[in-house]
Amino acid sequence: MTTIAELPPGFVDKVLSAQSTFRSVMDAMARPGSVQRIVPMAGAPAMMMRGTAAIALTLFDHDTPIWLDARMTESSDVVKWLKFHTGAPVVQDCSIASFALISDGAALPALERFALGSNEYPDRSTTLIVQVDSLAAGRGFELRGPGIDSVATLQAAIRPADLFERLRVNEALFPRGIDVVLVADDAVVAIPRTTRVVNKES
Amino acid sequence: MNAPAYNFAYLDEQTKRMIRRAILKAIAIPGYQVPFASREMPMPYGWGTGGVQVTAAILGPKDVLKVIDQGSDDTTNAISIRKFFAKTAGVATTTATEDATVIQTRHRIPETALHENQVLVYQVPIPEPLRFLEPRETETRRMHALAEYGLMHVKLYEDIARFGHIATAYAYPVKVNARYVMDPSPTPKFDNPKMDNCPALQLFGAGREKRIYAIPPYTTVVSLDFEDHPFEPYRFNAPCALCGAENSYLDEIVTDDKGGRMFVCSDTDYCEGRQAAGHRGSLSAAPYKEKAHGGSNG
Repeated sequence: MTTIAELPPGFVDKVLSAQSTFRSVMDAMARPGSVQRIVPMAGAPAMMMRGTAAIALTLFDHDTPIWLDARMTESSDVVKWLKFHTGAPVVQDCSIASFALISDGAALPALERFALGSNEYPDRSTTLIVQVDSLAAGRGFELRGPGIDSVATLQAAIRPADLFERLRVNEALFPRGIDVVLVADDAVVAIPRTTRVVNKES
Repeated sequence: MNAPAYNFAYLDEQTKRMIRRAILKAIAIPGYQVPFASREMPMPYGWGTGGVQVTAAILGPKDVLKVIDQGSDDTTNAISIRKFFAKTAGVATTTATEDATVIQTRHRIPETALHENQVLVYQVPIPEPLRFLEPRETETRRMHALAEYGLMHVKLYEDIARFGHIATAYAYPVKVNARYVMDPSPTPKFDNPKMDNCPALQLFGAGREKRIYAIPPYTTVVSLDFEDHPFEPYRFNAPCALCGAENSYLDEIVTDDKGGRMFVCSDTDYCEGRQAAGHRGSLSAAPYKEKAHGGSNG
């Protein structure tokens, strides 16, 4: 049984750390494929990367239902840490979640099970935060779309390996869709629903 | 008794989180108006409460803030907002476009080309481009959902039928990333081409109407038009009377009650920069009169 005193701490400076983290995420979302760094660090429970923890402290609160994948749910520390630091409700039904935290990409549910928004309110969709092995090395991907000056290239080791193939549902669904934030330690890459990805090499 | 206490950049953290989430969605869905829980700000609606909330949510201590009102750094609105953030966030401020990391603007895009490390925050009075054509929010929302923008083309066509050309001179509707029709805020249509493929991120905040929307960098922004009546930016056919610029957007200033007028750059920073570089217009002071004793300029 973990007591509150044993939980990893949140940001030292809540205000400026959240601002700095948000700007990294905003830059990532505005420039898909670019690798942004999250500088301010908080304590993170096991299973949660430093970057994921910082994003959680920056964007989650009582207004944002959170869905955790099986591996995150197993760790009672994650649930307690989120509850204590953010107050965000953890939900079982991923179709009503504002954010979904994925630590085991291989077990990512079908994207259609998350909230995709409606044509009238496409913003009412789930943002996936997926922890990946690397955003510096791995397969090469070519990205195109708003925020990208012609073509961006991304080197990443991602599970599930077919994540970008699965994200092609965004093409037909737009303006509905799923936005993804990839996290590897303190590195962040965002793939908003407008980004089209082509495998460069396999 | 109780000294006024407020958070960094005025807004409380819960509000900032809510606005930040809206900004991320706005970037992910270019041109779509994301509803947000706009707060009451210590300034009246119409003074840029939407832009101020967006700026407050993104601003950090390392940012350099520039605020313009119709291109000018020196008007009451611009100075008030600049001082507001200098006081509540302690950020550095500037009037030089290229030095700023965050530029809040009312109704203009700076003449100096923006770069990748900048965010342009627009103050928006009425974010819904279809509002004057269809007053019901439920209907305009459905029109956006279906990408049903025929009504807007009819409006532009009626301009042509009545005046012989598209008479819309400001808040000229644009289509973002070939999907959403968007109100660029009441910028002159002269500025519309600057929104297209812009290296800087553009964020729009409407406080009273409670909407945030965005154009990511390098995004296609097309002004609506017809094949036989293509979009044309408009400017007064005159050089700036102070700096001689032939390609900047001009304000018309009435100088007497006998029909006298002068045209000057609306972008004060651009105009001053050109004058400092030695460019002169027809009404600028002769440079030798201003020359410092022993100075080498002029």
